[in-house]
Amino acid sequence: MNTSLPRWVDLGLIPALNLTLAFLVAGLVVVFIGENPVQALRFLVVGSLGSSYGIGFTLFYATTFVFTGLSVAIAFHAGLFNIGGEGQAALGGIGATLVCLAVPWPHWTLALPFALLGAGLFGAAWAFLPGYLQAKRGSHVVITTIMFNFIASALVVYLLVNVMKVPGSMSPETRNFAPGTHLPFMHEMLGAIGITVAKTPMNLSALLALLAAFLTWVLIWRTRLGYEMRAFGFSEPAAVYAGIDPVKITVIAMVLSGAMAGMMALNVVMGFQHRLVLDYVGGAGFVGIAVSLMGRSHPLGVVLAAILFGILYQGGAELAFEMPNISREMIVVIQALVILFTGALENLVRIPMQRLFARSRTRAA
Amino acid sequence: MELEILLQIAGSSLRLATPLLLACLAGLYSERAGIFDIGLEGKMLAAAFMAGAVAAVTGSAWVGLLAGIAASMVLSLIHGLASITLKGNQLISGVAINFLASGLTALVGQNWFHQGGQTPQLTAGGRFLALELPLTETLAPIPVIGPIYQHLISGHNILVYLALAAVPATWWVLFRTRFGLRLRAVGENPGAVDTAGISVVRLRYAAVLICGLLCGIAGAYLSTGMAAGFVREMTAGKGFIALAALIFAKWRPWPALGACLLFGFLEAIGIRYQGITIGSIVIPVQFMQALPYILTVVILAGFVGKAVPPKAGGRPYVKER
Repeated sequence: MNTSLPRWVDLGLIPALNLTLAFLVAGLVVVFIGENPVQALRFLVVGSLGSSYGIGFTLFYATTFVFTGLSVAIAFHAGLFNIGGEGQAALGGIGATLVCLAVPWPHWTLALPFALLGAGLFGAAWAFLPGYLQAKRGSHVVITTIMFNFIASALVVYLLVNVMKVPGSMSPETRNFAPGTHLPFMHEMLGAIGITVAKTPMNLSALLALLAAFLTWVLIWRTRLGYEMRAFGFSEPAAVYAGIDPVKITVIAMVLSGAMAGMMALNVVMGFQHRLVLDYVGGAGFVGIAVSLMGRSHPLGVVLAAILFGILYQGGAELAFEMPNISREMIVVIQALVILFTGALENLVRIPMQRLFARSRTRAA
Repeated sequence: MELEILLQIAGSSLRLATPLLLACLAGLYSERAGIFDIGLEGKMLAAAFMAGAVAAVTGSAWVGLLAGIAASMVLSLIHGLASITLKGNQLISGVAINFLASGLTALVGQNWFHQGGQTPQLTAGGRFLALELPLTETLAPIPVIGPIYQHLISGHNILVYLALAAVPATWWVLFRTRFGLRLRAVGENPGAVDTAGISVVRLRYAAVLICGLLCGIAGAYLSTGMAAGFVREMTAGKGFIALAALIFAKWRPWPALGACLLFGFLEAIGIRYQGITIGSIVIPVQFMQALPYILTVVILAGFVGKAVPPKAGGRPYVKER
């Protein structure tokens, strides 16, 4: 049986149908809770896209998810399932914070490259060991990265409570960064060219995220390293036979993935909160998994999926406000359903599609 | 005095090892049959919630246990559908199940009880209470043996004994029955099993359902045995630690008991000694809390010998046409 599908079915129709299934089941959950799913959807859409305020927040969240989604996608191309985005992003926050606090930066343009480096290096460092252990010792990266999430959480609590906290303060957070490190907000940037939008946390990082997506595309499909990563992810024995070093590829893919996760700190810590607070990641690392799966690990898909999850996050917050019965955890449920239907249960739609197209082909022939 | 502290730690290790052991054995069945399961955590969490919730409503720990097992087995069936019938990615399915459990327990819990995702505090009937084995009073005056019997052997709830009994039972099922032989074979070489005319699909579903059953007991133990009610995210990575213990034990039941007792012991130490001072260095609480996770990484790094997983693990079986 010829199982190949037209491109538009493979990349367009099947993901769309899987997504529809995920949202139908999410709608059932809403019905089960005793709320009206159509009404809930209306609150969600209006809350996230109905005003420049809503859109700003949506894109702010989306920016974060582009970074964590790309992180999962990069590792995925090399056949690695990095679930450690949460911990790597937490460490990235430490890196960015150290850079911002260490030097009295005169202007953000000077601070940005170093903060980028700090966030990326710390995130990469946290992904290095799981990558190295997988390559050298065969300990599965899925479990080690989960363990590293727990260890990172303990480490960050320790650092914030005992080392980086403002002396005498009760709350576990650092002091505020100097204004010279604050990335410009989008409403400021748009205001400068005469467009007035509501004040939101959306900042320059949104553009950096798009740049990161483009560079990821270049890396994966236009460089030798990217080719080696894809070859390795496709078939490890074949890649090794072709002379690709498995240790090198595994470690590099994990380090790049960790660096990308760490860079979400630019958006949240350097762009918005201007200090490091406890658990600033708030599950964004895990959202990256759903984003990457939904976006088929393609940078463009990741950006689109990130915007969808931005809508869910911002709309979900408004929804929780309007319908107190639907708490914010609804987002985690939707996230799980998206991972389930677009990832694990993908063949639910694919197999019938393949049958359908195989049949129509035989009829045409 | 020294003995008493030692026994307290040993008893607490045993109680903390129980959910790990049940989950570890659950994973053992599944992975021996070739189905990787990183959704142990989610299944335990869902079971802990359902057991806590139903026990709170009905006032019966046993009804709670059944509800917990049912919740866990439903998730097992989803995992089976994804990884056996639809030949999907088993890791992704496991991750999805973990998120599903995490989100649904919090969402439904808040909706049901309005206590921030917790279930109400359980009364005595809703919990599995510690049993006092016969002869405890009689043996108590005897030095050494009396306290050991009282604190270590007696004084746990029934699920602890059940978990311990599950170790020889698992060994017997896997290595002394026809079902066990086939189950192990399906994890090593499903093609051969298929050739012999035995259904690979049915065997793998059986394994996945047994996994759900044991995870259900593990979860119920957390909310109705160890604690008096469900708290959000109360599994706290236990499902993953159980997986590490499984690898440490090289997918064998008796070593699994040892590995889980080791992790239970570490946790017991971490709870008892919140701040240890060695010389002038104070070891922070956070380090003690992270210790089981760090040890998991160390064990996975294979500093304890090479662990070879079942050969066909993680791969869906596609019949030749």
